[in-house]
Amino acid sequence: MKLFIKFDFNAVCRQVLREKLDEIDVKYNILGFGEVDILENLSSEKYDELASALGNYNIEIVENQKSILVQKIKDAIIDMVFNEETNVNVKTSVYLADTLGHSYGYLSNLFSEVTYTSIENFIILQKIEYTKQLVIKGNLSLTEIAFKLNYSSVAHLSTQFKNTTGITPSAFKRIISKRREINL
Amino acid sequence: MNDDYIHIVLADDDEDDRLLFTEAFDELKITTKVNTYNDGVYLMDYLNGEDAIMPNVLFLDLNMPRKSGMECLKEIKANDKFKDMAIAIYSTSASEEDIENTFVQGANIYIKKPDNFKKLKKALSEVVTLNWQYHTNGLNKDNFLLRL
Repeated sequence: MKLFIKFDFNAVCRQVLREKLDEIDVKYNILGFGEVDILENLSSEKYDELASALGNYNIEIVENQKSILVQKIKDAIIDMVFNEETNVNVKTSVYLADTLGHSYGYLSNLFSEVTYTSIENFIILQKIEYTKQLVIKGNLSLTEIAFKLNYSSVAHLSTQFKNTTGITPSAFKRIISKRREINL
Repeated sequence: MNDDYIHIVLADDDEDDRLLFTEAFDELKITTKVNTYNDGVYLMDYLNGEDAIMPNVLFLDLNMPRKSGMECLKEIKANDKFKDMAIAIYSTSASEEDIENTFVQGANIYIKKPDNFKKLKKALSEVVTLNWQYHTNGLNKDNFLLRL
């Protein structure tokens, strides 16, 4: 016996998407035209889980090559700032070009296009954020932090901190500790 | 930031300031949607409404009739629902102590109202871009302090 089946591709795909997205337990919005808006941060584990679950149905997540490369640039910078072993004495431009296998000019243009900031500013932001963490922890002096983060002097770090945030490292520390007193 | 817009809310009782603020955002390259409220009571009514869209950045004037910016700040900080929202104090000059106190009470940004339109655009662009960096790079928002 033969059965004749009528189906709606779109409805089927939506249903599969909905099921698989529900399985990884994230908030989402299916926008149509093959776009899904994930309404929270998607961990890489969940992303992989979703990608492989959808892969079984030959549904593929199209990745944007530019965004992936930008993410790699960010990862390389963060590794350079936070990890003392990779904190090598080569220029950042050389380090990034070598690590990622593209010219620095290309990387730098791409980064600005996608993130609305420059690689230089991103590095400064990361260093200042790291400084903030260390200042709050409080077991290193600003001079020691400057040394750890490869600043030529504590004055250089202080100035960069003030230029980036508009407040001095000591005011920053004071504000955060007062905030904590209130919350107690 | 490519496809959707950034939602901005301002509470300020000065009509000219509200107008300049909205125009400044219109002229920036960043796509934003700006809503303004005339005082703290209107603002909090909006934010506490059931279907309110949470702004990405909220700008608060300090001196407003009925409910001041500081009162709004304290109410907002006491409510977990608003924890993802960056708060910018947008005010005419205040004492160093007052400025620091807004940070202590949980403001992320303090902007002294600039005296010309060009500076205003620059300041607003800086705020939105930096907020975007915190958002997309998973930086710790508790440490987000900026004074312009």
